[in-house]
Amino acid sequence: MLDSFLVRAALAGLGVAVAAAPLGCFVVWRRMAYFGDATAHASILGVALALSFNMSVFAGVLVVALVMATTVSTLSGRGYAMDTLLGVMAHSAIAFGLVAVSFLDGVRIDLMAYLFGDILAVGRVDLAVIWGGALLVLALVGWRWQQLLLSTVSPDLAQASGIDPKREQLILTIALAVVVAVAIKVVGVLLIAALLIIPAAAARPLAHTPERMAAIAAAIGAVSALGGLQLAYRFDTPAGPTMVCVAAGLFGLSSLVSLSRV
Amino acid sequence: MSPLVTFENVSVRYGAQRVLDAVNLSIQPGEIVTIVGPNGSGKSSLLRALIGALTPSSGQITRAPDLRIGYVPQKLHIEPTLPMTVTRFLSLPVKVATHAAAEALAQAGVPELGPRQMSNLSGGQFQRVLLARALLHKPQLLLLDEATQGLDQLGSAAFYRHIEQVREKLGCAVLMISHELHVVMSASDRVICLNGHVCCEGKPDVVASAPEYRALFGTGTGGALALYRHDHDHVHGDGCNHDHPHEAAE
Repeated sequence: MLDSFLVRAALAGLGVAVAAAPLGCFVVWRRMAYFGDATAHASILGVALALSFNMSVFAGVLVVALVMATTVSTLSGRGYAMDTLLGVMAHSAIAFGLVAVSFLDGVRIDLMAYLFGDILAVGRVDLAVIWGGALLVLALVGWRWQQLLLSTVSPDLAQASGIDPKREQLILTIALAVVVAVAIKVVGVLLIAALLIIPAAAARPLAHTPERMAAIAAAIGAVSALGGLQLAYRFDTPAGPTMVCVAAGLFGLSSLVSLSRV
Repeated sequence: MSPLVTFENVSVRYGAQRVLDAVNLSIQPGEIVTIVGPNGSGKSSLLRALIGALTPSSGQITRAPDLRIGYVPQKLHIEPTLPMTVTRFLSLPVKVATHAAAEALAQAGVPELGPRQMSNLSGGQFQRVLLARALLHKPQLLLLDEATQGLDQLGSAAFYRHIEQVREKLGCAVLMISHELHVVMSASDRVICLNGHVCCEGKPDVVASAPEYRALFGTGTGGALALYRHDHDHVHGDGCNHDHPHEAAE
């Protein structure tokens, strides 16, 4: 069954969509929308490092994304607003990344493949990495769900209940770094943030509790991944962007639902 | 009985600014203690240091082992992007049974709010829900940071009556910050007058007649208007014997 590149692509898309959904909800709730972008941009630097040190791209991206995540977590709340910090990190990381790529003599890397992903080229090993990462993230978020949620509602309420909100934020940013690293092959650097935010945003008008919102976001993400893949196959369009287009369409539909309620 | 919380010479800084300066206090089980003080006197910082959200730059905060704290913050904004029913909110961070949540809301006087979204509540409803949540796990120490903000006079009087009933029922200590001096003076066992340092403390009538308190709040209830004025060259009465480094001239 895994012999078909389409089946592998579908499974890869599903894995990323399901892991991105609950994280995307936190990104939306905590107004960290820029975080996905920043981690994603930084991962270009990870690609360059991976190629120059002969590491796997996944490992390179993961390392850079983790460094970014911990830097931002440490510096936030010390006189820098989160968006400023992320802006500094995102833009400098992509600049350093592009400069680093230019040093790579002889290696012709297809930057486009990393910017937009190449889900149809997903192999068995990639699939294992994607699902391994996705399950890890789901387990992490599931384990810390209540603590993460209360820290999101109010860091002080969390603190009074004996929860360290800084630690929860670090767990969340680590989970985000993992998702970005596994998703780079599927949708590419430029569209990872879209897979995080759009399904969560589309799920908001349809949900009354945080758990429901995460579940609906996962369903919307899965439909976007599978539907996008099918459309891309039929119309010969790039797969990653097509998946995001489907998600955007679903967001449009759900906002019609919320408009019709008022 | 050993105290629930003890502050020993606790100082807290925001950068170069010192918001708490060598604060000593302790809270005994079951007592109602109120902190009064002008704006910027470090009242909220004191509560936040107590829950561990602020780390003292010097001094020691000792909490009783496994101390259960119920905390009602000054204000809390829940993003409308976060769908959260009142019932769900009560299950943070520990899941509670549906009937326990319903009972807590009924006791807080808002039995009908369960299915409502947190972001759609009025100020008064929100405070009651926060209190209901804080009481769910039978706290030994209840912290209220201007919990009646946004309530009208009747509402806040009812709120404080409720607090007294809660204390009688649960036997918990209450540490609260309030601007409503007349309420505070009648409802507290002990009053701590704070202005960076502890100016004076004691039974409400003792504190009310203390010169430090008068220096902060003037005399009588009209004195509440004097909230923003505070002179550091106040004279200390007999009940207070702490030192100000800059009052050698007195």
